[in-house]
Amino acid sequence: MAEVKEKIIEIFFTLCGLMAVVVLVGIFSLLVKEGFPALKTIGFSGFFNGDLWRPDAFGKPTYGLWPAIEGTLVTTAIAMCISIPLGVGTSVYLAYLAGNRTREILKPVFELLASIPSVVIGFLGLVATGPLIAKLTGRSNGLNALNGGILLCLMSLPTIISVSEDALQALPRDFWRGSLALGATRFRTVMKVMIPAAKGGIFAAVMLGMGRAVGETMTVLMATGNVGSFPSGILSSVKTLTATIASELGEVPFGSEHYHALFVVGAALFIFTFIINLAGELVIGRKR
Amino acid sequence: MKMFLVALSLCFSTSLYAATQIQVKGSDTEVNVVQMLAEKYMAKNKGVSISVTGGGSGTGIAALFNKTGDLANSSREMKPEEIKQANAAGMQPMRVIFATDALSVIVNESNPLKQLTIEQIGKLFKGEIKNWKEIGGNDEAISLYGRQSNSGTFTFFREYVVKADYSPEMKGMNGNSQITEAVAHDKGGVGYVGVAYAVDNKTKKPAKGIKILSVAKVSGEKPVNPLDEKSVTTGKYPISRPLYQYFVKSEPGLIGFLKYEVSPEGKKLIMSEGFYEIKSEWKAENDKILK
Repeated sequence: MAEVKEKIIEIFFTLCGLMAVVVLVGIFSLLVKEGFPALKTIGFSGFFNGDLWRPDAFGKPTYGLWPAIEGTLVTTAIAMCISIPLGVGTSVYLAYLAGNRTREILKPVFELLASIPSVVIGFLGLVATGPLIAKLTGRSNGLNALNGGILLCLMSLPTIISVSEDALQALPRDFWRGSLALGATRFRTVMKVMIPAAKGGIFAAVMLGMGRAVGETMTVLMATGNVGSFPSGILSSVKTLTATIASELGEVPFGSEHYHALFVVGAALFIFTFIINLAGELVIGRKR
Repeated sequence: MKMFLVALSLCFSTSLYAATQIQVKGSDTEVNVVQMLAEKYMAKNKGVSISVTGGGSGTGIAALFNKTGDLANSSREMKPEEIKQANAAGMQPMRVIFATDALSVIVNESNPLKQLTIEQIGKLFKGEIKNWKEIGGNDEAISLYGRQSNSGTFTFFREYVVKADYSPEMKGMNGNSQITEAVAHDKGGVGYVGVAYAVDNKTKKPAKGIKILSVAKVSGEKPVNPLDEKSVTTGKYPISRPLYQYFVKSEPGLIGFLKYEVSPEGKKLIMSEGFYEIKSEWKAENDKILK
């Protein structure tokens, strides 16, 4: 009897484990299946050679994916340029410099930052950071890639801080003491000993944070201006892959070419985030 | 026996009443005014529950066909392919026109321009004019604000004013009020919104931070402002448009609400929201459908 019970419980947990795989494969095959009709009529070249996303054109619709891919890359890159130094710096502070009490207060605060709804952050971009960027750059408006990037930085910071702080904390304390004992300053110790030793965990933190930034939708939809042409710099308005889907999928006639094309956008985005997350997970795995 | 019949009819009538639930979906331009009409109507008719949501005209029409909505707000006419889709599913879309909207071209209040021709507006939104000084404004780069493609306003403005593709540089905003908000913060901004979103409902003046341009059909003709009620209802304002509501099943509960919208009381509420009365030929059309 006890053996049967053991067996049942074992099967239950195995099924739970498999569930994630099934869902993952299911979602991807759905994206491919729904996107396929569009790939057939528009073709790979239509998606990857065109340089304009205009499915609602007056004349012939065009489905160029590159502007949206570049929009996603630009906003994410800006976010990462700010949040990597800021996030790693914060985690070094939390791990080595802050007192116990300060850390106990600050860490939950950073984690709370992750719980601000993205639509609130998007609104912030519309009424606060956008106009500020406009003022500083002398442009008439600040709905651009830089604005989106700054907001995405806010959203990926908690992940980066939390995971890289864990990585730094996991290092043996002897590294710190040993380095100091050899006469290195604290700064030198952090830069030359601790960060290199925790680089796997920090890399994973960055990857997970980047995954968050790439997949974020509402914030960029509200704050980047949604322009379907190629961005010409960090101060031009962009439209990301996520914003393209979010603003169009709810409205598109069911079963039309445009409808299927949006699933191709979804598949592209999925592959994108999948690679980033996979890279992050692989590095975490290797470290352990 | 008599008592029983009374009780039965009572049961029947109350259950009929409680069953009246109307889902209204669609146009962002219409969502506020229909919401208000629904609230007033529900206050008078207990047992009717009406929920109104936005999302864009395309959303509303799609919801009608997917049977997730009973009434579709639409600020554009149904497209032929949409009617075909409905017919294929065995549905015959019917419509009423309940208000007139004057599509307003808005700029930042610091912009010295007062008027434009349809041709100039078209060139602006095609991206052929890049700086305000080319049409007599300040030396300021133009930044275009438009709607996302599911919007009836997006489609209407393109068919009747731009008559070509919008400039790829146009920013796509989610909803009329986001455009008003953005233009109010952008010295070089220009956008198009339903008139109700360009005015402050209390003062009947342009909303804070923006200016509503007068529009002339062709250069040389007298430009008219969408705030001038008479020019809009007589059709002198060149970009006024009917606001539609589509439905496929004429249920008594739904018809009751539609009749209320086109009643004198409904008309008054619609005008208090900033929209205008409908033309008499549309009234006749409505009467035919709602009789």
